[in-house]
Amino acid sequence: MGFKSYCFKKSLWVFHFGGASCNNCDIEILDCLTPRHDLERFGILLVGSIRHADVLLVNGIINHHDKERLIEIYNQAPKPILVVAIGACGCTGGLFTESYTFAGPVDKVIPVNAYVPGCPPKPEAIIAGIVKLVNNS
Amino acid sequence: MSKKTLIPIGPYHPLQEEPELFKLYCDGEIVKDIKWETGYNHRGIEKLSESKTYEQVFFLVERICGICSNSHPFAFANAVEEIANIEITNRTKYIRSIIAELERIHSHLLWVGLAGHFLGYNTVFMWAWKYREPTLDLFEMITGNRNSYGMFKVGGVRRDIEESKIPVIQNVLDDIKKKTDLLAGAVMDDPVIHARTKGVGILTLQDVIDYGAVGPTARASGLEIDVRKDDPYAAYPLVNWKVITAQAGDVFAKAEVRLLEMYESISIIEQCLAGLKKEKEGDIEVKVREIPEGIGNGRAEAPRGEVFHFVMSDGSTSPVRHKIRAPSYVNIATFRKSCIGQTIADATISLAAVDPCYCCTERMAVAYDIHSGKKILNAEELISISVKRTREIKDSD
Ligand code: SF4
Repeated sequence: MGFKSYCFKKSLWVFHFGGASCNNCDIEILDCLTPRHDLERFGILLVGSIRHADVLLVNGIINHHDKERLIEIYNQAPKPILVVAIGACGCTGGLFTESYTFAGPVDKVIPVNAYVPGCPPKPEAIIAGIVKLVNNS
Repeated sequence: MSKKTLIPIGPYHPLQEEPELFKLYCDGEIVKDIKWETGYNHRGIEKLSESKTYEQVFFLVERICGICSNSHPFAFANAVEEIANIEITNRTKYIRSIIAELERIHSHLLWVGLAGHFLGYNTVFMWAWKYREPTLDLFEMITGNRNSYGMFKVGGVRRDIEESKIPVIQNVLDDIKKKTDLLAGAVMDDPVIHARTKGVGILTLQDVIDYGAVGPTARASGLEIDVRKDDPYAAYPLVNWKVITAQAGDVFAKAEVRLLEMYESISIIEQCLAGLKKEKEGDIEVKVREIPEGIGNGRAEAPRGEVFHFVMSDGSTSPVRHKIRAPSYVNIATFRKSCIGQTIADATISLAAVDPCYCCTERMAVAYDIHSGKKILNAEELISISVKRTREIKDSD
């Protein structure tokens, strides 16, 4: 068992970074934690500080205002950290690629480990994405 | 003057899902001044809209805000239909209103949950979000997606609600009604919630008029303002319903207004479903050949208040100017009245009480530097940024 898979074997703690998003992805992420999907069963917990997190979820495009803050947050994160780009915006920029505030999809700013496409992705898709990520790391 | 402590909340804070920064200037426990900073969420939608065709703009405005992903297209459709003078069919009207009211139910449930979360009462949060799920299932059945429904187009809707779906919708509505009773009971009778929300974050009738507040924020202070009644559109003149108001203006009154509005929404949907049965199936659009030159104003009542869209057309396939005003834009300004003088713990729930939505609010405005009086960003600069960006995209292809 490698160091990475050892780190991510149990209770993943998740920090959520909402970039310039439309809110839907944020809500679907919260939805994963509420009774129907209830990710907390598996020890997956939303935490308030990046310093406690194993996974960084990023959704929405990154605009010029967010960019340096995302980099700062990534730098503060304890490594190894898994970064997941959620939604069409996070993966590619989606509808907003031509916007004047667009500073790149998430992977132009920080390294990304997994992409969950969809606009917004269903909670099931988000969960499936994280499960795949954990199995492969 | 005594020394004030600055307490920042955000921009990335576990309490909020959206990025925004509040600065609370406190003296001990008491909030003395409040400032907020946005811009973390700006995506330049008004500008983008000018480069899209009318059909595409619907998908764009839908993504202004995820929770109101029906209200923005609704207002935009109203505006464009005003320009082109289009009379939509009754079936379209009913379907549009059904989607709008379902959205109100899911949005209010979401708010009740979040308000519980802000109070540290996570049971309410979990309950409300659990009961919200069936509404999302309905959306998935009717529109094909849980959020961002893609239902609107100029002169009609994209999908019909077939006869066979009506009993399913009715079943879910009955269920939601029961669950709302339960929630209303839990919230309205709970002494802890009374203690935390009554008399907190009060906005008087004069305050909401001064600040131009809209939606449940204004209605909770006794102002009877609702676009559905004041400037009727879609099926609202065809059905029976009333505007809910409360007098106290505190957080509790806002919760009360929202919970009671859910009952109204359920009744509107039931009447619309009955209306649907009378109309011919499949009669959901009128053919639109072109959008003539002109200007149109579209309004719609979103769960948070009035959404306003201004569209200017030069007869081409895309708008030449598109101005958007979302309800949170005016509601957020009331923070100065509701939060100053409160304790920090009460300030957070007062902030949450107007159900602010920052992705709606992030419109571009020209800013002046107070010290030098210089414009920070003017129109030419914006255009040059946009031109530069277009070049970059072109080069990268
Ligand atoms: S991917 Fe879609 S739902 Fe998610 S933030 Fe972007 S526009 Fe909104």
